[in-house]
Amino acid sequence: MFPPAFAYSAPESLDEALATLTNEGESARVLAGGQSLIPMMKLRLASPAHLVDINNIPGLDYIDAANGYLRIGALVRHNDIVNSELVTAHNGAIASAAPWVADPLVRNRGTLCGSVAHCDPEGDWNSVMLAARAQVVAQSTSGERVIAIDDFVVDFFTNSLEPGEIVKEVRVPKYAGRGGGAYLKLERKIGDYATVAVATQLQLGEDGKISEAGIALTAVNNKNTRAIAAERALVGEEPSDEIFKEAAALAAQAAEPESNVRGTAEWKRNVVSVYTRRGLEASLAQARA
Amino acid sequence: MTTTSHPKTPPEIGGIGHSIRRHEDARFIQGAGNYVDDIELKGMLHMAILRSPVAHAKILSIDTSEAEAMDGVVAVVTGELMAQHNLAWMPTLSGDTQAVLATDKVRFQGQEVAAVIATDSYIARDAVSMIFVDYEELPVITDPRQAMAEGAVVIRDDKEDQTDNLVYDWESGDKDLTDRAFAEADKVVSIETHYPRSHPSPLETCGAVADVDPITGQVTVYMTSQAPHAHRTVFALVTGLPEQNIRIISPDIGGGFGNKVPVYPGYVIATAASLLIGKPVKWVESRTENLISTGFARDYHMKGELALNSEGRILGLRSEIWSDQGAFFSDAQPTKFKAGLFHIVTGSYDYPAAHVIAHGAYTNKAPGGVAYRCSFRVTEASYLIERLVQNAAYEIGMDPAEFRSLNFIKPEQFPYHSPTGFVYDSGDYEAAMRKALGIAKYEELREEQKAAREEGRLIGLGLASFTEVVGAGGSDEYDILGLKMFDSAELRIHPTGKAILKLGVRSQGQGHETTFAQIVAEELGIPVGDIKVVEGDTDNTPYGLGTYASRSTPVAGAATAVISRMLREKARKIAAHLMEASPDDLEWEPGKFSVAGSPDKFVTIQDVAFAAYTNMPPDTEYGLEGVHYYDPPNMTYPFGTYVVVVEVDPETGVWNVDRMVAVDDCGVRINPMIVEGQIQGGLTEGFAAAAMQWITFDEDGNCIGSNFMDYLVPTAWETPRFELDETVTPSPHHPIGAKGVGESATVGSPAAYVNAVIDALAHLGVRNIDMPLLPDRVWSAIQDAKKG
Amino acid sequence: MQINITFNGTAQTSDVEPRQLLVDYIRGTGATGTHIGCDTTSCGACTVLVDGTPMKSCTMFAVQANGKSITTVEGLKQNGDLHQIQASFKEKHGLQCGFCTPGMMLTSAALLEENPDPSEDEIRWAISGNICRCTGYINIVKAVQHAGEQLRNS
Ligand SMILES: Cc1cc2nc3c(=O)[nH]c(=O)nc-3n(C[C@H](O)[C@H](O)[C@H](O)COP(=O)(O)OP(=O)(O)OC[C@H]3O[C@@H](n4cnc5c(N)ncnc54)[C@H](O)[C@@H]3O)c2cc1C
Ligand code: FES
Ligand code: FES
Repeated sequence: MFPPAFAYSAPESLDEALATLTNEGESARVLAGGQSLIPMMKLRLASPAHLVDINNIPGLDYIDAANGYLRIGALVRHNDIVNSELVTAHNGAIASAAPWVADPLVRNRGTLCGSVAHCDPEGDWNSVMLAARAQVVAQSTSGERVIAIDDFVVDFFTNSLEPGEIVKEVRVPKYAGRGGGAYLKLERKIGDYATVAVATQLQLGEDGKISEAGIALTAVNNKNTRAIAAERALVGEEPSDEIFKEAAALAAQAAEPESNVRGTAEWKRNVVSVYTRRGLEASLAQARA
Repeated sequence: MTTTSHPKTPPEIGGIGHSIRRHEDARFIQGAGNYVDDIELKGMLHMAILRSPVAHAKILSIDTSEAEAMDGVVAVVTGELMAQHNLAWMPTLSGDTQAVLATDKVRFQGQEVAAVIATDSYIARDAVSMIFVDYEELPVITDPRQAMAEGAVVIRDDKEDQTDNLVYDWESGDKDLTDRAFAEADKVVSIETHYPRSHPSPLETCGAVADVDPITGQVTVYMTSQAPHAHRTVFALVTGLPEQNIRIISPDIGGGFGNKVPVYPGYVIATAASLLIGKPVKWVESRTENLISTGFARDYHMKGELALNSEGRILGLRSEIWSDQGAFFSDAQPTKFKAGLFHIVTGSYDYPAAHVIAHGAYTNKAPGGVAYRCSFRVTEASYLIERLVQNAAYEIGMDPAEFRSLNFIKPEQFPYHSPTGFVYDSGDYEAAMRKALGIAKYEELREEQKAAREEGRLIGLGLASFTEVVGAGGSDEYDILGLKMFDSAELRIHPTGKAILKLGVRSQGQGHETTFAQIVAEELGIPVGDIKVVEGDTDNTPYGLGTYASRSTPVAGAATAVISRMLREKARKIAAHLMEASPDDLEWEPGKFSVAGSPDKFVTIQDVAFAAYTNMPPDTEYGLEGVHYYDPPNMTYPFGTYVVVVEVDPETGVWNVDRMVAVDDCGVRINPMIVEGQIQGGLTEGFAAAAMQWITFDEDGNCIGSNFMDYLVPTAWETPRFELDETVTPSPHHPIGAKGVGESATVGSPAAYVNAVIDALAHLGVRNIDMPLLPDRVWSAIQDAKKG
Repeated sequence: MQINITFNGTAQTSDVEPRQLLVDYIRGTGATGTHIGCDTTSCGACTVLVDGTPMKSCTMFAVQANGKSITTVEGLKQNGDLHQIQASFKEKHGLQCGFCTPGMMLTSAALLEENPDPSEDEIRWAISGNICRCTGYINIVKAVQHAGEQLRNS
């Protein structure tokens, strides 16, 4: 299987890439790791007329911690995240999700930013980013803008980029105080997308109470979805089994899964609840460690 | 590596019992394997197939004009064109017919509708998307019982005498005797379950390169074939071409598992196209095409019942099955047995009465019914009986191991005549089970299970003590399309003492180039490295029925041993001549003849080989070559016990295999390393079936499981870490005591995994979950049980 | 488009259509040890090393290999000798039909470069992007361990 024909350019600077994207308009697509786009093109589910390959642009493969953010550049591969001590030190949810994205070979090529841009409701990263309150740094020929992840993830395979814009970086705020996070994913085998997955993040105040909570769900809605009621139930509370159970039940209500070959809706909702509770327990343990 | 059979030959000779490293590996590890897709011929064109997007429809029109007009497109072939050459339909291996390219209707999603021949594979695919077909959709049937319901649309209206969707009704055993057994029973245990549709999906898909020489009329087809000789004959029958002009070459095969037994439309279209165009044509399936159109396996809806007395003895078995055959009946199986060897369902247990009824039905699904790493429906049978036995133990209140023990056929009962007519050759089921239980530390595990339950943890122990039947056939009972299921070996010993062995079977990874050389080494003492094994070229190997249903070692292996022995007898005469002794006074040890009583006086097999071409006794034919066609007196019956330990997460239904112990008895092991490799592979496929691997359809007949994102093949991460051991009970009728082994583990293990999960939930009252045991099914079973 | 690739150590220049997949390009040069087993980036039969990192060559365009060094199974041998991973796959019966083997060996060789003494879990994890339908993986794990041992001792 292989894609229909297309035009191809491989710019060596971001400016050049942005110019090409602007010139080509809607018919052009960014090619990052290609681990979502190329399979879709091979199955002829996508047929962009022009591919702008960003892999030859230097300086986009950075992971750093600056100005209160953990920043991940557009050419950071999933596997770079697996291997990054900086990530492990700064964000538990990202660190725990990375090894479970796709398979080791796909992780060598696919990018976190590409995955965020792709907005596949079964993709892992957007849940993690929603729970971690990430921001997307978008760039075009007319400049840079910062988009809150909640505004970025619009719908099923739909983000809020304007034509001509590229995701240059995704960044997450560092924990204010003690924090921890987790990503629990139920997949059928390695290389499978999530059947159900839950990202959780907790931050504790000086008083030991929950100061901030992030919970987001994968594969149970038409996009990665924050369980806002569950988050609210936690904030300001002393961590406890009861409050985690309550949050878990609220998270399950935020899920609107479909029954399909992977399982029934009822069961998926149950898994959301179980994984939310377990994820919160893990996040708390990490925050307290 | 465990071996309890000790080699009789020294390592330099490398006969039976040595774990010889494989001869074939040299090319594979260097990327020099030669698979069908690696074949490049001068002027070769490429073919791609347009397939039906719908499961059942009338074809109103096919517009090929745009495709034909594309640059690089050489031809577009439709059913109409094939019909002009009388090739729109072909026979299946079950004597049914199958559309090569649809003319009237499409009957399953993925059916072949048209083909493009182009100068390059990319162009061929592009052009396929430029063929436009008008379909008028028809009602869709996706279940055999739905197919048999009153008023169901008749799928095979192309067949004159077909007025419903019934393919066959078949039965085996004694109904009256069985009814009496059930009438006398103290307890009856029953189960109803579906063995889901799956697909062998070897890593290499199917394909062919057809090369027709327009001048000589010679047709050479390189194809992914597990049975090249049978395929040549089918080709001759389908095309009417003279058989001597057809040469099937089955090059290296990237796994078969039954997928490469049938003849597929793609092979026929490519050959027809090459014939029409006069150039070689290559066709290689995509994975999706492989999964949606070529031979599926299983899809058996099964009911089983056991009659028991109060002590726990089995009195009889009853079973009824509905087989989903898809749109064309193309099981590759012996003509006489419509449900394959399903009637081996009585299993490893001794009771007098059994009755089996089978119904096959057409549905709007892909055809197939291949023996996926299994001997013709033995997998389904083994699964049913092992599930029944486990449940029977719960009902009687016995430990499943003790229940098995009580009912096993005893060693002294062999040869054992089963109530459905099999004659089991040999076995010691108790010994294999005890060994497996010992390795697993079964008693301790039962204690752990009890303790875990107290803490709310769910641990389960599953057993399967399977008996398989492999090595068809026995010409009295087994044939495919009338071709008797013998097999052949041609051995030529060259003047320098080196040998070439040619076989009618075809390895797909089983290591024939090594194993069969070892049989010759054992019998003639020629070092295994001096023996070349050739297979897969019909011009250069003797006729045989091919490799599937674990029949290579039982049948071709026997043929190899017999021809080796025949040549050894001739060698004895030559040796006698060389030593001026009487043949009767010679003693044989691997590699040499010596005169009885004076071991210093000897000639080697190499001396004899040279003499066979240079210095023969008078009245003896020159040469040391021969061919033998082996017609087995019976099948062989490998067996074993598998023990699986799982833990189920009660909150989600996710389960993990903690241990998997496999004790296999396949008689004498020719190459223990290769045998273990076969078992490890089979255990993995058994795990896949139990845990994740299935093809299902929605009510419109759309295939779900049409690629490797949906059809799940386990990776190294999920695959359990098997613990292997063996017992050795030779087959009494096989020349070297070997039984087949390539499939035992796929046949026997699914029940062990499922029994383990059921065992974890048995105290809640759970008795069945259909495969695959997806976590949601397990969780739902727990919820239902809790509700009562 | 013109591309320059170092293919198994040798520089080569070719003209390719942008949509040509790297795997088809490689196979088209006659190096047919790199295989195709699926359409969905799921099987790893097409694994090659791109600047030393294992990737699925069915999910990259040949044009993207421009300026890169590509190693396939045909390039594993060094100075005419088998790479240890090749020898170990044979020694430990890590292959049956051989179709997954080139990809499996390349992934394994890359693992051993990074981690000369991997545990069983680390090996299973590293090769979990490569499907083998025949072996059940046990002997592949043993082959990688064996190769690691030999490489460490040499
Ligand atoms: C077998 C397999 C299994 C997988 N399993 C998982 C899984 O379990 N979980 C998971 O989350 N993902 C999974 N993936 C997807 C994988 O993570 C991809 O890497 C990811 O979704 C896309 O990243 P990419 O860099 O490959 O993007 P590409 O495929 O290159 O692009 C994807 C889309 O995003 C756009 N895009 C990419 N980068 C940018 C950018 N910087 N700015 C603007 N637009 C951009 C592209 O135009 C395209 O529309 C799997 C993929 C495969 C092949
Ligand atoms: S061919 Fe299957 S992953 Fe590349
Ligand atoms: S050896 Fe056949 S797929 Fe791995």
